[in-house]
Amino acid sequence: MKNNTLIHLEDVHKIYQLGSVQVHALRGVDLAVQQGEYVSIMGPSGSGKSTLMNIIGCLDVPTRGRYTLNGTDVSTMDDDDLARIRNKEIGFVFQTFNLLPRATALHNVELPLIYAGVSSAKRKELAREALAKVGLADRMMHRPNELSGGQRQRVAIARALVNNPSIILADEPTGNLDTKTGAEIMEIFDTLHAQGNTIVLVTHEEFIARHAQRIVHLLDGKIERVETLDKSVGEPSP
Amino acid sequence: MMRLALVGEYLTFAWETFKANKIRVFLTTLSVLIGVAAIIFIFSIIQSINKYVTTEFADIGSTTVYVSKFPWVITGNYWELRNRPPVTIREYHALERSVEYARWISPSIESTKPVKYRNKTLEDVFIIGTNEQYPETNNVGTETGRWFTHSEVKSARHVCIIGYKVKEELFGAQNPLGKRIKIDEIPYKVIGVLEKKGDFFGFNLDSRVIVPYTTVKGYASRRRGITIALKVANIADLDNLKSEIRGVLRKVRKLSPREPDNFAINQQDMLTDFYKKITGTSFMVILFIAAISLVVGGIGVMNIMLVSVTERTREIGIRKAVGATRGQIMAHFLTESVVICLIGGVIGLILGIASAQIPIRLMGLPQGINLLTALVGFSFAVLVGIVSGWYPAYKASRLNPIEALRYE
Repeated sequence: MKNNTLIHLEDVHKIYQLGSVQVHALRGVDLAVQQGEYVSIMGPSGSGKSTLMNIIGCLDVPTRGRYTLNGTDVSTMDDDDLARIRNKEIGFVFQTFNLLPRATALHNVELPLIYAGVSSAKRKELAREALAKVGLADRMMHRPNELSGGQRQRVAIARALVNNPSIILADEPTGNLDTKTGAEIMEIFDTLHAQGNTIVLVTHEEFIARHAQRIVHLLDGKIERVETLDKSVGEPSP
Repeated sequence: MMRLALVGEYLTFAWETFKANKIRVFLTTLSVLIGVAAIIFIFSIIQSINKYVTTEFADIGSTTVYVSKFPWVITGNYWELRNRPPVTIREYHALERSVEYARWISPSIESTKPVKYRNKTLEDVFIIGTNEQYPETNNVGTETGRWFTHSEVKSARHVCIIGYKVKEELFGAQNPLGKRIKIDEIPYKVIGVLEKKGDFFGFNLDSRVIVPYTTVKGYASRRRGITIALKVANIADLDNLKSEIRGVLRKVRKLSPREPDNFAINQQDMLTDFYKKITGTSFMVILFIAAISLVVGGIGVMNIMLVSVTERTREIGIRKAVGATRGQIMAHFLTESVVICLIGGVIGLILGIASAQIPIRLMGLPQGINLLTALVGFSFAVLVGIVSGWYPAYKASRLNPIEALRYE
């Protein structure tokens, strides 16, 4: 494990109890993601990629194994500590955007800063900057229903960026978008990566996954193989 | 924990619910409003009655004690009290001679007699035989004319001071001063008219005539005797006065040290204490009944808050994903329910006070509204908001963010 390892999973298992049935969603995953890396997680449905994303995103904790994020062991944290970690370390981008429907773009982007306790003036300033970064400087006061799908996803990306997190975690970010808009969104991720952000992308589409430096193929709750793409940026590791 | 930066967000959160569900919020607010209004309505009336009673009792004066056969509030064995000797004029003279702490002392011989002026007769007028110190001991004064003098009392002059109602009914617009009225067929010259007093618990204080006690000695009740009022100049002397009275009367009545007092020394606070004792519980019961409507309102709020939590499940997921803690999620929903209840509470407070004016005016009670009324309204509203919002808020705070985000 190198010193700039950001995400470090060791033998991570996740078992769900569904009634009397035990579902073994993850069966011993080992993964390390370096600072500044761009990694895709791919796999068919049921492969455990959502579960893995939830654990990486600190929305859930492993049943067994260890997860170290940015040097902190988060595998045994309680709800509130996980909430604080998410607030500080993680920026989510979801397939369905997950914006607050009644709030303006600006307010949506401010949200993580509100819970971090940042003052109103500072919040607005940071949110405006983030929206400008994704090219929505002129749409700040619009509500989600006044924005196109691509614009909504940009708002979500701005929200993910605003608290300057360690990782941007994107779950099928182009899944609800047409090809052209999807390509635009992926361009934004490429740019963010070029600016030094660490990105973990969950997808089931090969051409989307190929934007990353590494593709982690998941099957039946295990890493089937790791594909390193020749991009000569960053330093892949197993 | 609760930073100022978040308060705005909590209020915005509540505001969004209100904007999106106007009718629902209105109805919920209404249910709280009715509950608070009911409590404040009852509370205002109780406050007014209490104020009325304490003002009336204040007339009795806290620096005066009244010696009589019976205590004002009877708690012990009635037969023991009944067999006591009556308080007599002789005892009044004994007290007058020996008591040093009393600045003023007056007897009162009370009876009910018909009063006549020419061809008009008033039946059952309250006749009080007393001395020239009665205005001091009993806090009364004349509106017109004068009180009788020490020498008029001593020489048993047939002079009288009449109550406001007696004057109205016998003389109308005529000036009564100098006229002669007949009390039980004995003529008395009117020398003064009492200040108007009004009613005290339905007993008209203006239907009375006051005369020198020396002229009505025979009217003293055989059974009860008379009442002696003694007043100190300084309230600090009150206890000394009481022990002095006890000493004098026990000596006059030749009571042995082992025998208990066979007379009563009454004071204003006995009445106030008694009043508090008999009304305290019943007022609480009435308030409690009114509070039931607020409980019903609170159940309505809880119901609506549960709906609100379900509707906003996905939003809760989003907020949790970006880092809202359980406490912060709880605060969102508690703010919402407290705001609903506060709006209902403030309007209910105003309506409660306003509607209480009707019975207060009709009964001629004084205004009893004060800061406490407002405080009671506010605290009930906030309490209902917190209590009924607690469970829904708790439920929201415990939602699993993954499931909440998946909620459609």
